[in-house]
Amino acid sequence: MTDIQIVTGNQAAAIGAMLCQVQVVSAYPITPQTSLTETLSRFIEQGQLKAEYVRVESEHSALSVCIAASSVGARAFTSTSSHGLLYMHEQLHWAAGSRLPIVLCCVNRGVGAPWSIFNDQQDAIAQRDTGWIQIYCRNNQEIIDTLIQAYRIAEAVYVPVMVCYDGFVLSHTMMPIEVPEAEAVKDFLPPYKPHTILSPDEPRNINPVTFPWRRYDDRGVLCDGYMELRYKLQTALENSAASIIAANDFFADAFGRNHGGMLWSYRMEDAEVALTSMGSMATEATTAADILRDKGIKAGVVGIRVFRPFPKEAVRIALNKAKAILVFEKDISYGYEGALCTDLKAALYSTDIRVPVHNYIAGLGGRDVKPRELVEASEDSLKIIASGIREPKTTWINCFTG
Amino acid sequence: MTKKDDNISAMCRPAIGEAGKTGDWRDKRPTIDHNKCIPFIKKKPACFLCWLYCPDGVITATIPISIDLDYCKGCGICAEECPAKAIAMINEEGKDD
Amino acid sequence: MPESLFKVNIEEYMLPGNRACSGCGLSLAYRYALKALRKNTILTIPASCLTVLHGLYPTTSVVIPCLNCAFASTGASASGILAGLKALNRQDITVVAFAGDGGTFDIGIQSLSGAAERETDFIFVCYDNEGYMNTGTQRSSATPIGALTTTTPFLTKQEHKKDMLKIMEAHDIPYLASVSSSYPVDLYDKFVKAKRIKGTRYIQISAPCPPGWVYPPRDTVKIGRLAVETGMVVLFEIEDGKFQLTGRSKTLAQRGNKLPVIAYIERQGRFSKISAEQVAQLQNWVDTRWEEYLRRAST
Repeated sequence: MTDIQIVTGNQAAAIGAMLCQVQVVSAYPITPQTSLTETLSRFIEQGQLKAEYVRVESEHSALSVCIAASSVGARAFTSTSSHGLLYMHEQLHWAAGSRLPIVLCCVNRGVGAPWSIFNDQQDAIAQRDTGWIQIYCRNNQEIIDTLIQAYRIAEAVYVPVMVCYDGFVLSHTMMPIEVPEAEAVKDFLPPYKPHTILSPDEPRNINPVTFPWRRYDDRGVLCDGYMELRYKLQTALENSAASIIAANDFFADAFGRNHGGMLWSYRMEDAEVALTSMGSMATEATTAADILRDKGIKAGVVGIRVFRPFPKEAVRIALNKAKAILVFEKDISYGYEGALCTDLKAALYSTDIRVPVHNYIAGLGGRDVKPRELVEASEDSLKIIASGIREPKTTWINCFTG
Repeated sequence: MTKKDDNISAMCRPAIGEAGKTGDWRDKRPTIDHNKCIPFIKKKPACFLCWLYCPDGVITATIPISIDLDYCKGCGICAEECPAKAIAMINEEGKDD
Repeated sequence: MPESLFKVNIEEYMLPGNRACSGCGLSLAYRYALKALRKNTILTIPASCLTVLHGLYPTTSVVIPCLNCAFASTGASASGILAGLKALNRQDITVVAFAGDGGTFDIGIQSLSGAAERETDFIFVCYDNEGYMNTGTQRSSATPIGALTTTTPFLTKQEHKKDMLKIMEAHDIPYLASVSSSYPVDLYDKFVKAKRIKGTRYIQISAPCPPGWVYPPRDTVKIGRLAVETGMVVLFEIEDGKFQLTGRSKTLAQRGNKLPVIAYIERQGRFSKISAEQVAQLQNWVDTRWEEYLRRAST
């Protein structure tokens, strides 16, 4: 029998972590992530989830606990937001460099100063280059399903995965979700097999100082220098796309829900205007596309699900027929433009897709953005492009810039 | 065929001489006069303060004591702490004071 | 041979040919700490001289498994190892964090305090060489007043050393000890005792550093001994709240023959610019604390 529950995004994530039978949880309170870690505490104290919960004194320590626990062979989970994620920055590098399959829920929130507790995606985007896989969710069903897929991906390629979803918009909004059966999740997710050895049975010194050059070990094996190890991490991320797609396909077969592998498309078959976004704003873009179609404009949506590794091939296919590409995003790379827009344009550079790309910065620090406003922005874009401007200036939606 | 490094993250195996033959660091070499060495004279385990205080663990608590000159860094703590003054630090060839 | 030497574990866990400096006090202390801890141990260490001693990829000089962790996270890293082991039902292993004074007194104090408050079942060891020696002798909060460092290059450090032992005592942990690399048997005994106790245990090792303290490597044991003889370092332990002086400090207390601090500082280049006023301040700092230790030992 199908188990339908009406839950918030944070509860969905907590149920997901429980279904994955995580063995070590460590987290620190921060809005809007807090209710996720509270829910997990409840599961553990009530005996529904058998796991060690380490109630640390900071996010830096939270991820440190996960790194150490994962190194000895336990499945580890943490969650945070905003400044918590920024405080983890050093440990994010450490986790990826150690190739530990930790899963972290990032409940996206704006970054100070000044303080904002409200949603945007600046926190996760700022961690782009830490060597983590980043997956963005558009609704609560996707949160629980993606979390389950995340462990399968992470443990297959030994790269940590950040599951990102929008603070308050998803984390605190109740939606009905279908909760997968525990036994089915067990079948989907084999037990974690660590690649590290941290045991007195075979003493190893893990994460030592590494030379710039390669060096022989005591058996005469020429071992990696720092750069070879970095190349292995890069290769693992590049190759992880196959595991991400496979996990999505296998999940679709097992549970009947397909959230797209690297990305998903909506009404793109004949679309001339492609609205592109990540997370909950991509869902709003689908409503905007419907409105635009009602007005006679052939619009569609490309929802970027995986930001790292960047779905270069997939966006080329998805945007192949578009005549205009509009990129809506909740982050800004100061001094340039939105980070998604830059990556997307770079992915198209060596192709024949030579259409105008208009970047919109929206919803920073929780500024409201409605489908209607995405419609207006799209209409503006088409006017600007029609006037012969091939490179419209990045536009800030709902922002008084005068 | 050369073996490849299978590690995907850096993991070290234990081995002697990680930093090479650290005996090369030495300016002065510890030299034992066994006839002054307490356990050697008494013909039984005694003293062994050189073994106790050696920061590198390169001196044996045996009769006679021996020093692994491949790895002794020549700090001179053994000579300094020997109550019988049985160890002298002698300049290595080509290394003057 | 003192009788007490026979009981010391003959096995060596720190291998020769490692990267520690000639005459390193840490190296000497580490030999005995590992002898006491034995094989069934997992270490975690932050950035420090010990990282260098452990060696560069792909070889290590230590036959005990070790997880290198980010500088500030040593206490949390130990918590994570323990949580992971518990989740995997492996609870027979001693977890030991080993950090320098920078990694303990300064950048590591938060995660250490957190781990102690959570009553994490591990031993935290601080080897105190009174500065950032691995980066070339910068001032830390463990550096004593009057010492030259590369970040107090002319005027010397103006402030007293932080009393980390008192901070850790305030965490109400079941075992805490102060040891010196110049008294390896006292150090060994305290590690053996700490290993048997449950909960957070803290051991602080005074570890003289020839290049950082500016004295010839052969004097490491002598300098460490003088630190104890002058009361700059006091050997003691606090077990379940009960304080007692141990080893040489106990004898000094009984005989009342503590040396003036000048006997210690005159042999180190780092104190070459110390003023007469600073010497007096240091003497006063030592005497005040010594009196307190004597008072505590007698109750």
